[in-house]
Amino acid sequence: MSDVISLADIRRVFTMGDQQFEALKGVSYSVAAGEFVAIMGASGSGKSTCMNILGCLDRPTSGQYLLDGLDVGVMNSNQLADIRNRKLGFVLQGFNLLARTAAVENVELPLVYAGFNSRERRQKALMAIEQVGLAGKENNHPSQLSGGQQQRVAIARALVNSPAVILADEPTGNLDSTTTGEIMSLFTTLNRQGITIIMVTHEHDVAAYAGRQITFKDGKIISDSQTGQLV
Amino acid sequence: MDFLQTVKIALRALRTNKMRSFLTMLGIIIGIAAVIAMMAVGSGASYVISQQIASIGSNIILVIPGSTTSGGLRTGSGGVQTLTSDDARAIMTDCPSVAYASGTVRTSGQIVSGNMNWSSVIMGGTPEMFEIREWPVVNGRSISQEDENSASKVCLLGQTVAENLFGSADPVGSIIRIKKIPFTVIGVLERKGQSPQGQDQDDTLFVPLRTAQRNLVRSQRSGIVGAILVKAKSEEVIDKAESEIQSLLNQRHRITNSKEPDFTTRNLSEILAVAEKSAKAMSLLLGSVASISLIVGGIGIMNIMLVSVTERTREIGIRMAIGAKKNDILLQFMTEAVLLTMLGGLIGIALGTGGATIVSRLLGWPTMISIQSITVAFVFSAAVGIFFGFYPARKAAGLNPIDALRYE
Repeated sequence: MSDVISLADIRRVFTMGDQQFEALKGVSYSVAAGEFVAIMGASGSGKSTCMNILGCLDRPTSGQYLLDGLDVGVMNSNQLADIRNRKLGFVLQGFNLLARTAAVENVELPLVYAGFNSRERRQKALMAIEQVGLAGKENNHPSQLSGGQQQRVAIARALVNSPAVILADEPTGNLDSTTTGEIMSLFTTLNRQGITIIMVTHEHDVAAYAGRQITFKDGKIISDSQTGQLV
Repeated sequence: MDFLQTVKIALRALRTNKMRSFLTMLGIIIGIAAVIAMMAVGSGASYVISQQIASIGSNIILVIPGSTTSGGLRTGSGGVQTLTSDDARAIMTDCPSVAYASGTVRTSGQIVSGNMNWSSVIMGGTPEMFEIREWPVVNGRSISQEDENSASKVCLLGQTVAENLFGSADPVGSIIRIKKIPFTVIGVLERKGQSPQGQDQDDTLFVPLRTAQRNLVRSQRSGIVGAILVKAKSEEVIDKAESEIQSLLNQRHRITNSKEPDFTTRNLSEILAVAEKSAKAMSLLLGSVASISLIVGGIGIMNIMLVSVTERTREIGIRMAIGAKKNDILLQFMTEAVLLTMLGGLIGIALGTGGATIVSRLLGWPTMISIQSITVAFVFSAAVGIFFGFYPARKAAGLNPIDALRYE
């Protein structure tokens, strides 16, 4: 299968005053279409920095990042916004829905910025909501949904614009274990349907759902292992 | 992203904090209402002033006798009797910019009608005087050239005189005695109201000039007039008419450079200009006070928008993460600010218009609300939104998405 993501010698240096801190010290890996990858590591290991670069929220200091064949490193902020909109779907840790806004409208949000008209938006959003098993809850506001249901809405929002990759940043960070199981099996189901997922987590049992685990330490990859998927 | 969607998002954000949105708008509402009401009252005031001045008659030049020096003592203006009926006729025939001229004499005296009596101002003038002062007769007829030529003992009554001597009865045709001389009342003049100095212009009685000169005033020689009233052909030629009159009278009175002229001309349009200028200054003052309240309201909007940007940092982060460009965020917050001020502007216009109407109803003071002042107020309120909304919106658009997403 072709590579959706390809990182080559990615470095990221933060400058604070006259001190320099190298958060990523030459990271290279690629993710093929249809993979489910967990990125692991302690805090400060560079996994969040790597995630920001993958999500086109940050640019590497050096190295090449190809997303779906496009060189993201040379793009300006408007082009990056476009890439985030069309190629990526974000699932963030908690509170990542707009309050006082119905679930379906939250899901429609990426399509608003993509320029779809309201009928297409509604149609696609309802399909995505059905895909995550929330049919019938589309008019509920986030405050009327449980934590797990809110996270499902966020996943529907990530799916709605048919992205190349879904990026999940600690998607189960503030969920109980039962709900965590539900969300993770949703991710697994979506992955089986062919959707590429990259997930940052620090919990081993959550990472075990993924078919591949990449572990960061001190800005470098220390292990990259394929395991069988848990069901 | 289409504009309609931006407006919808902004409206939702404003609805989310209804009370806060309303309080923020209040500054603009008060500012715009004040601008509208002040402008309405101010232009109403200048309308009243110009109406009062116009009631004397427009394009009028007054020629009055000058002063004279006798034994080292200078008399004031009008201290000598130098102007004659012939001067008035000459001004009318020889000055091309003059439409009408009338010599006038003025005295006062007791007027008796049956068992009623009243002391009033008695004016003598030629028929042209009523053209000059734009003062029509409402009952009976005006003084004719024949009355003037034959010095007939006829008179016209001002409304106040007519009311005091005849009450509600019709005075036309009655005989009244002015300084014990019998006169026939031939007409009653239209009500004119107060002069800018507060005098009741209707408390006057008019007789033909020649009749007055012969029977009612005493002078050193015949044909003397107290003043000459002149009407220029138009407002544009007032100054020209004034200099024509001056050179004509200099010639007729044999005034040379070394001699002080024995007459003075006064131009009523100067008084009008001064009065209009002061009315304009007043509305400018009121307007600038109101504009200050608008600026204060605008600062209130900026303050609340800044709070709102901070509060919604995470929302901004989410929007950026899923594909909002900097311009989308900028436009979203700008739209919110402009909607706030435009909504406030509309409410303010309604309140200001209502307030002005109430003022004019309760105080009987005319107010004039112009389409321009409403348009200006509306455009200004939108401009306040753009101006004071820009900084907070730019702050929102300039947020780094990573920091915005981490913000709790």
